Amino acid sequence: MEQTSSSVPATAAAAGWEPRIVAFICNWCTYTGADLAGTSRMKYPANVRVIKIPCTGRFDPLFMLKAFERGADGVLVSGCHPGDCHYSEGNYNARRKFTVWKSLLHTAGIDLERVWFSWISASEGGKWVETVARFTETIKGKGPFSAYREMIDAG
Amino acid sequence: MPDRTEQIREIARKWLADGTVEAVVGWEKGTHANRTAPVLVRSPDEADRLVFDENCTNNLMTYLKRPVLKGMQKVGIVAKGCDVKSLIGLIQESQVERDKVKILAVTCPGVKKDDGTVPVKCRACEVNTPEFFDERAGEPVTSNPDPNARLQELEKIDALSLEERHGFWRTEFDKCIRCYACRQACPLCICSRCIAEKNQPQWVETSPHPAGNFSWNLIRAYHLAGRCVECEACETACPVNIPLMLMNRALARTVKEKFDYEPGKDPEAKPPLRTFRLDDDNSFIL
Repeated sequence: MEQTSSSVPATAAAAGWEPRIVAFICNWCTYTGADLAGTSRMKYPANVRVIKIPCTGRFDPLFMLKAFERGADGVLVSGCHPGDCHYSEGNYNARRKFTVWKSLLHTAGIDLERVWFSWISASEGGKWVETVARFTETIKGKGPFSAYREMIDAG
Repeated sequence: MPDRTEQIREIARKWLADGTVEAVVGWEKGTHANRTAPVLVRSPDEADRLVFDENCTNNLMTYLKRPVLKGMQKVGIVAKGCDVKSLIGLIQESQVERDKVKILAVTCPGVKKDDGTVPVKCRACEVNTPEFFDERAGEPVTSNPDPNARLQELEKIDALSLEERHGFWRTEFDKCIRCYACRQACPLCICSRCIAEKNQPQWVETSPHPAGNFSWNLIRAYHLAGRCVECEACETACPVNIPLMLMNRALARTVKEKFDYEPGKDPEAKPPLRTFRLDDDNSFIL
């Protein structure tokens, strides 16, 4: 995709630009929820690339950095609601990691609207569809992640 | 009253002579007047090499990671209050066995940076007189911490917009030559094989390139979240003067605010990222 870093959202959309979104989702809840959305024949934007992880507790901030390095415009991390973790407490540990990681990204000047966290259960196919749709719209409004792209292309 | 240097030498000499320790890690005179260098003293005769003054800026606890010290039955180590905090972190995380290390704490009125200025950690110091030790050298020094010293630094970055913050770090990280001095100097960067050295897969690009530098510096800070005792060893070691402590302090502030935790105080405490509360902040999760 030939995108220059100076694209403003309007021109990006006009040029047919579509955001690339990477979703790291847990095997037990959100993945199953996304599957439910599929089997229920619900539609959601194809901009999202799903990567299944065993648990949000497995999420490592490096996953997010790597996704951005490889051209993601937004990253979603989603798993079981508190209390529902297949491993009892993986998501509670993850929540603490998210908290510090998010604050570090804020300090480092990364737009937190490009980084979403959610709890979506296996029965919430609708919430998955709605979350992905809203996230995609948000990123479309913001345009390509040119600040990160510039770091990749530099040097 | 003998000065701190004399007292340190005396205690070290005693420990080495009666076999309490196999070696003592301390500071010795450096290659020029306002420098000190780390030294490993193995015999009582060598104890006179040890010194303590305002140039003892280095945190010697980083040497406890070294195999040569890990292999010893018992090792003595000279530590200022801030250094003791990092040792508490190492004990807390089972990286150092409490009964394998003899802490020769030294009271400290503050150290100086290379440029002669007083480090933020000294302005904010609450541990001029360490309370966690086996023997202590020096008369007690009353702490008079400036409660705003740490936050003042953060205000500089808080005042910037998102784009300005990104630009600020983009410029700072551009200087990074990936020498990993920050990692080596840090007493709490304990992985024997660092993520930056793993290449299957290559999580962090190793060349000094903007994207790799960004990943490295963020991950370095992140891995110290809730652990960093703000000894400033990383920033002092950085040959290109990246303000690494800004990241560490921002994380420390979050950990304090969200988890009500301060590292380096209680060797029995559970590190904040190894535990959780059911009522932790959930407001940012959809």
